[in-house]
Parts: sequence; C-alpha cells; structure tokens
Amino acid sequence: MTAGTIMPYDEALERFEPVLGLETHVELGTRSKMFCGCKTTFGAPPNTQVCPTCLAFPGALPVANAQAIESTIRIGLALNCSIAEWCRFARKNYFYPDMPKNYQISQYDEPLCFDGYVDVEVDGKTVRIEIERVHLEEDTGKSTHVGGATGRIHGADYSIVDYNRAGIPLVEIVTKPIPGADRLAPEVARAYVTELREIMRSLGVSDVRMEEGSLRCDVNVSLMPRGSSEWGTRTETKNVNSLRSVERAVRSEIERQAAVLAGGGTITQETRHFHEDTGTTTSGRSKEEAQDYRYFPEPDLVPIAPDPAWVAELKAALPELPSVKRKRLQAEWGLSDLDMQAMHNADAIDLVEATVAAGAPAADARKWWMGELARKSNESGTPLADLPITPEQIARVTELVASGALNDKLAREVLEGVLAGEGTPDEVVERRGLKIVNDEGELSAIIDQVLADNADAAEKVRSGKIAAAGALVGGVMRASKGKADAARARQLILEKLGVSE
Amino acid sequence: MSLIRKTAAELGSMIAAGEVSAVEVAEAHLDRMAEVEPKVQAFLHVDREVTLEQARAVDARLRAGEKLGPLAGVPIAHKDIFTTRDMPTTAASKILEGWRPPYDATVTARLREAGLVILGKTNLDEFAMGSSTENSAYHPTHNPWDLTKVPGGSSGGSSAAVAAYEAPLSTGTDTGGSIRQPAAVTGIVGMKPTYGGSSRYGLIAFASSLDTPGPFARNVLDAALLHEAFSGYDPMDSTSIDAPVPSVVEAAKNPDVAGMRIGVVKEFAGEGYQAGVLARYHEAVQLLESLGAKVVEVSCPSFTTALPAYYLIAPSECSSNLARFDAMRYGLRVGDDGTRSAEEVMALTRAAGFGPEVKRRIMLGTYALSSGYYDAYYGQAQKVRTVIAREFEAAYQQVDVLVSPTTPTTAFPIGERADDPMAMYLADLCTIPSNLAGNAAMSVPCGLADEDGLPVGLQIMAPVLADDRCYRVGAAVEQALESRWGGSLLSKAPQL
Amino acid sequence: MSAITRDEVAHLARLSRLALTDDELDHYATQLDAIIESVAKVAEVAAEDVPPSSHALPLTNVFRADEVRQSLTPDQALGGAPAVEDDRFRVPRILGEEA
Ligand SMILES: [Zn+2]
Repeated sequence: MTAGTIMPYDEALERFEPVLGLETHVELGTRSKMFCGCKTTFGAPPNTQVCPTCLAFPGALPVANAQAIESTIRIGLALNCSIAEWCRFARKNYFYPDMPKNYQISQYDEPLCFDGYVDVEVDGKTVRIEIERVHLEEDTGKSTHVGGATGRIHGADYSIVDYNRAGIPLVEIVTKPIPGADRLAPEVARAYVTELREIMRSLGVSDVRMEEGSLRCDVNVSLMPRGSSEWGTRTETKNVNSLRSVERAVRSEIERQAAVLAGGGTITQETRHFHEDTGTTTSGRSKEEAQDYRYFPEPDLVPIAPDPAWVAELKAALPELPSVKRKRLQAEWGLSDLDMQAMHNADAIDLVEATVAAGAPAADARKWWMGELARKSNESGTPLADLPITPEQIARVTELVASGALNDKLAREVLEGVLAGEGTPDEVVERRGLKIVNDEGELSAIIDQVLADNADAAEKVRSGKIAAAGALVGGVMRASKGKADAARARQLILEKLGVSE
Repeated sequence: MSLIRKTAAELGSMIAAGEVSAVEVAEAHLDRMAEVEPKVQAFLHVDREVTLEQARAVDARLRAGEKLGPLAGVPIAHKDIFTTRDMPTTAASKILEGWRPPYDATVTARLREAGLVILGKTNLDEFAMGSSTENSAYHPTHNPWDLTKVPGGSSGGSSAAVAAYEAPLSTGTDTGGSIRQPAAVTGIVGMKPTYGGSSRYGLIAFASSLDTPGPFARNVLDAALLHEAFSGYDPMDSTSIDAPVPSVVEAAKNPDVAGMRIGVVKEFAGEGYQAGVLARYHEAVQLLESLGAKVVEVSCPSFTTALPAYYLIAPSECSSNLARFDAMRYGLRVGDDGTRSAEEVMALTRAAGFGPEVKRRIMLGTYALSSGYYDAYYGQAQKVRTVIAREFEAAYQQVDVLVSPTTPTTAFPIGERADDPMAMYLADLCTIPSNLAGNAAMSVPCGLADEDGLPVGLQIMAPVLADDRCYRVGAAVEQALESRWGGSLLSKAPQL
Repeated sequence: MSAITRDEVAHLARLSRLALTDDELDHYATQLDAIIESVAKVAEVAAEDVPPSSHALPLTNVFRADEVRQSLTPDQALGGAPAVEDDRFRVPRILGEEA
C-alpha cells in the first residue's frame, strides 16, 4: 500500500468536477435463500445453512424464491422504476472459491426493474439520482484467511470458507452517472445511501444493517476538468460499509484523482478498496486479464414475466415513502428544516413517530430521543434504534412527567433504569422509589425542617431577598432526594415565609 | 425361461403375485452380471449387498401389503450420472472418483418409491459427453452384439446392460441422442421424453437446456412402465412441466397406427448413411404404411444445422455447468502442496480430473460465450434453435409423428473415432433436433444391417407432451417386426 | 486461415482453469480449429428476425414459496471435502483482491 499524494479538497473542486455512480447491494430479508430452502439467519454456526443447491453439489438445481422476486419489484416500484414485462436470470461466470458454482446467478441485460429515480435532499437542495437498474442475484460465501500477518488475503497460508451466506438473495441497485453534485458529491452519495436504506426499511424487505453487510456499497468516482464536458476515467471503490465511509470514500477518491490528474498522470479504470482506519482507498490487485464473465441466460431457471395487474397491485400497496413521510411529519410536528435534518441524521424520525403514535406529544418525544437518548447512543456507540428502550416506554415516561408524577430529573433516572434493564418505566419508578413527593403534608414537613436548619437564608427571604429562596429549594430537593416538585416547594417556602414574587 | 430373459412387466407381475421374490430376481441378475461383466463392462459400481438390501426392503413392503407399482421388485441399472445416497456417483469422471452424494436425484428417489431395485451404476462417456462410452475415465463398455464395437453413448453402460440381459431396465440421459443412439446400436428401446417431462434434479448437468432422463428397456411396454415410474412434475426442477405424464403405458398397449399421419424427414437419408441402415429404415416406413398409417415426406431444411448449433449450445452450457468441479468442496484435489494458490490448484485438478473430450467441450463453450464471439456462435445457435422448433411445429401441422433412422450407422469399432471428434459427433446427426426443440423421441429396433449384422434403430419423434405417440408407433413397429422375426431382435444376438 | 490460434486456446484454458501442457495446447488448437470451422455453419441460417431460444420450452414464472427446508448436516456438507478446518472448507490461499 503506497500512500499517494492528495490535493486538498477545496483545490480539487476548484479545478475538477466529480461524476459519481453508486452500486448498492441489499441482502433481502427472506426466510429462505434465493434458490434453495436454506435459512438465512445471520451469525449461524458455519456451514449449517447449506444444501446441495447452495453448495453447488453435482446435480442440484435452483428454484427462484417468489418472495425475493416480489421484494425486488417493490424496491423497483419504490424507486420509480419500470418493471420488465419479461426478463431472465443470467449466469455470470468467474472462478472464485467463495462462489460454489463458479458462476453467480444474476441478471445481465434484462434486469427486473430499470429507469427509475430517487430524490435526495442535501443542504436544502433536492438532487435527483437516476436509477439505471435494479436486479436480483445471489450472495457468495465468506472466506476467512488463515496465517500470514493480519488475516488479510495477501500473505495468508490458506483460507477457510463458510457457505451459509452463499445464495442469500441480493438486490443490486445501480445509479446512472451522477454529474452536478459538485462539491457536495460526498454528501450526495451519503444522502443517497441513507435514502435507499430508509426506503428498504419502509418496504420491510431488508434489515439493511451495513455493519452486518446486508447493505453494501460500491462507489464510482471520476473527475473532469472544470469547463470540460467529457467524463474522466472512473474508479470503483469497494468495501464501503458505513454511511460515513461512503462520504469519506468519495472525498478521498476526489482528492487522490485530482492529485494524479494535476500531476499529469492518468486514472486507471480499476477496483479500489476503502480502508476504514485511514479513510483512504488503495488499488485492488490488477488482474492478469480483463474479466470476461461470459454471461448467458440461465438455462436452469425459466424467464420471469410479472403479471402487469399484480405489479399494479404491488404499486398501489406501497407504503408511504420516507421522503414523503418526512415532509408530512415535519409539517405535523412544526419543525424547522434544520431540526428535521438533525433527526434524520440521527435516525430518530421513525422512533419519534412511534413514540408520538404511542401517545407522547411530538415535542417531548423529540426532546428525549434527540437529547438524553442520543447522548446515551453516542456514549455507548449503539445506534439509537438498538438502545434497549421502546418508543412506548418513552411515551409512558412523558405521560408520567405530564401528570406531575415525575419531573425531568426523575424522568432521566427512570430512563437510565430502563436502559439498565431494570424493567418498564413503572417498574423502575416503583423499585427505585422515584415518585415525586406530592403529599403536601410530607413536603410541608420537609420544608419546615429545611427552614429550621437554614435560619439565615430563611431570614434573608423573609426580608425580601427572594433570590435566596433558591438555596432553600435546593435544600428541599436534597432532603427529598430529588423527589420533590421544585416549583411547588418554592411556592410553599414563599408562603410560609410570608412573601410573594 | 430364466428370470433374466423375462420382461420387466412379467417380473413385476410375478413378484406381485408372490411367485418369486425381489431378492431372487435381484440375485439372478447379479449372477448374470458376475458372469458377463468381464466382457461387457457395463457397470462402474456394483455392491451386491446394497442391492440385496433394497430387494429385501421391497419384499418386506410387499409382504406388509403396501401397494406398489407394476415394477416393484424389478431390478434396474442406473446411469452413474444420477446421484444416489447409497452408491458412489462419478459421472464416469476421475474428478468425482469415490464421491458419495448426500442426496438422491429425483429419478433415483422415484425408482425407490416405485420399488425398483438398483443393481448398480452404469458406465457412460464422462459427464455424458460422447457417443461411444469410450470417454469414460474408467473403462470402455462393449457392445453385447460384438464386443469389439461400441455400445453407443453416452448412456452406453445402460444400453449394454439391458442388451446383455444384466438388467431388464435401465436409466439414461439424452442431451443430443445419448439414449436413442445407444438403444439403436444395441438393439433395444430407448426413449427421450419431452424436455421437462422427467426431472433433472440430481442429474449431474451436462447441458441444462437439453438434458433429459429417460428409460431403456428390451421392449416398448417395459420402457413405458419405467417412463411412467420416474417421470412427471418435480418442484425441485424449475424447467419441469407441471402437467400429467402422457399416457405412455396405455399407448404401448395399443399398437395401432391406422390413420396416423407419419412424416419421413427428407433430410435424414442419403449420403453418409450406411446402406444397411437405410434399407431397414425404409422397410420400417413401408411396414407402417402397410399397418394403415399415412406416410408423407416432410422437409425440415434447418435440421442439417442442428448439429453445429448443438455443438455450440451444449459446450457453452457445459463450460459453465462443470465450473463447480474446482477441488474446493468435493471430489479430486491435485497439487495442493501448501504453496500453490487456489487458482493453481483448481487448474491442476481440472487438468488432471477431466478427460480430453470434456476439456475440448469446456474450451469450445468458453470460446462460444466469450465477448466478441457470443453473437456469432452462441447467439446464432440459439436462433437456429428457434428455427428448428418452428420447422418441427410446421411439420406437426401435417403429421402426427416424424420418423428417421436413429443414427446414420450401426455400432462402430471401439477406437475408430476416439480421437476424431468430428466423426464422433456425426453419430448424433438425427437425434439432436428433438433435443433442441424439447420434443419427445424414441428409438425402436427395426432390424439388422445386412453388411455387419448389427442392430438398426428407427427414430420416432413426437411433439412436446405427445410422448404417447412414440409409444403407440413404437409398439406397432415392434409387434409387426417381432411377428415377422419370430421373436425379439435381441433374441438374434450372439451368446455372450 | 485458422479460426483459432494457439494463443487463444491458451487464453481459453486459463479462463476455464485448465492447466494444459504445451503439447495439449497444440493438439487442442488443431481440433478446436476444425470444430469451430464446422460449427460456423450456424451462420448460414438466415435468422436476423428470429428470436433466440435459450430454453427448450416457453415456460415462465416458476417460483417456490419462501419456506425454509431442511439443510444438510455439517457432516453431509463437509463429508466429501478434500480438506476441512473448524467446520469450514479449507482451500488453498486465494489470489484475490485485497480485502
Ligand atoms: Zn441451500
């Protein structure tokens, strides 16, 4: 790996204009694999979800999963694609040990869905990303490299292969070249992948977990000199496996290509690899010969001819798409673009929506998810949605606050208890004894004690220095272990001392 | 008459009636195999105990009153291209030597359900690529009519086993004629069902869009019974037809061709055809006419390009189908010395594990699919396929079945065409069009060629899912000829 | 002129993962040349307006329901493998792309 020179991003953008392209692979969340009945559970013991078909044993044959076909068509429809009236699977032939048949069943010149688009918003500006095609294929197995330095493929002594993943349905979504993103290219790329992820979620077709590889992204970048309209040679960066990496990979590749071009060099059309640690890309091993995949129609599978009436039904039954929903919710919740964007970036919209649906006021729901819980999420590195707390539980906490049973401080403690696995909000309140002291008699007794213990402060208040009441309220809160209603305590203190604000 | 000379139908009735046990029938055949295998070499794998165990199980099922089909207890020789749980499956290739599949092919499973007893796995041209069974990586098989001659191929072990009375029935697969041609040159009946009429699941693929499992038997009715036993819709094979099996047994029992329209394919005669083959063929056509059929000549001009189209389509598919033999998950591994890469080990293994014909076809197919050549070769071959299907369609507007010689010559000497692929390929000249169009086709014995005294086959072709017509016409020819001969053609074969 | 050169045959052998000797390459070059010349006859069928057939029969829409079926046991899956380690297929080092 040689660290090439780079040109600072601003300078690169002054001299060149980037053209993007994205190929995204989405593993569908079907129960069984694409062409056989094996399970698709992530993380199962090695080679326990395999059969003659997905191990490519001699004689075994594929039969296409109806649900995968339907999901792919729904994805195509959600991306505003046309759906093929008739199309075929094709074999993509190349030898690789993690691909049991040494060909991948894919689609070639007859994709199931084609010519669509998706709009994304970046910096208040709508960018239309055109979709070239959406097709269905199968995933490969996974190799682990043994020996050598770091478990990397180079220098390994040998590899061991688990085929559990082989044959899981994989949808490939390919954009047309995206010019015009200009200096926002990295953000556009990120926004596009984010949007795809949300669309997949709203369709319920995949769990789209980038960290588990169920959403994977290849990023194509080329540069053309400002003033030119001729696209440059593109590189394809693989292994871009987080939203942040998508953004960084584009930026890094722009900086690298700009330096090469400015130095009089040329860009090689090649595969590059993104490295999370350095945020840079390196060249993939150059192949001895150009790949010749020898695509031909898959003779073991018959053509797909979706009934137009069925496609129309699927289209009519599509859920509200995320961008439309965001606009609606923003209006309903009365939020600024900035607030909405922040929630979007934090992946909080669905959570807030669910919390509102569970009865919480939108402002409260947003306050908790974007405040206390976002902090917890950052601290623990756990995505918001994966925190061990449900929107219903948040709604319950807001309800307790609204009824006066909890104040914000107590509410935070309740959340902490729920996150710590101590039970439901009500159970945490019960177990930790977190109810506000709203028994006037008990509160009055505490106040009397505090006034007696702080005679000086009480005297100051009595003499008109109302600001000194703060210390007394603090004393009451301490004495009640935070369970007193601070506002009510203040009211009572002033009453008892015969002053008013 | 000894058990081995009986028909499958007779054996089935005897076993059902309790006159003889499945074990006794299996033993009689195993004994016959022990006697003639040194000469014929039809089998790649025989395991007496595994076979007898199956026979005992069938006897037990029958004793328990289980209702089994008409072939329960009847022995069968199974082409070693179908996976079997209890016997190795090699496709006659070194690359799969000793491989024991963890699953049964659908055809295998249906044989077992019907109570057939598998005698062993029969020899074939490696991965079914060939017309002589000389391309087996293990040994050639000899034609029981003349041990210096080939038994045809690729299902030559299956044809020889039936012709040598080692088994009353056997399975084959037909990609370009691999059932019909061996049936023709060994004097037995062989049927290629409609593509999709019999399941390919567990059949080690040669050319997926052409491969079709089918039966061999010494007479038309037995072939029909076996056809019915293992054919029909299979949800594990996407190209399987979800329709009832044509009523082939009924057709085989009704050998009546009066009023049938029979088309003689004009292109399949003349230059390149052995005189004795043409003589028997023309007699068979006259015979059909004398039985009341209406015979007309039909021209299918594109049938002459079927052979080149086939030798592009089949190798293309095979180049991809055989990619899975890569030394990673099963089978042979050569050259893994700890320093070589997976890629090198794959290439060394495949070079060592595949025979010359397989390598030839893999490279030919790789060539035909390569960018730059695809349109001229594979693409054009697929158009020819359409044209041939259309010519069949047009022909079937005029006639009910088409007939031709099954193969241009009788069995040729072992070794004669072994390293002359072009000459070898000609053996499938007449059989290939039916594979390209997916039609049904049968070969039925029609006599011996005068010049060499070897069997000649009549090919009967019928439209998709009209397999029963092949059986009706085949049975009529068989009945008329056997009464003329005073017995089956095979009864004229020399003693082994 | 020959339809296929020895170099092309060597390329095909590489693409097909067949480690052929020089003698084999010569032999196959001659044979493939003859075969290709012969199969080129397919071009004689005028078929510009004819659709290609990839399948024998015009079936469409054959699917299976998304239902889980029994997988193999690890023994069945791995039992025929040339080498196994930790319930995985052990294979020689892969000259792949840097991951
Ligand atoms: Zn599977």
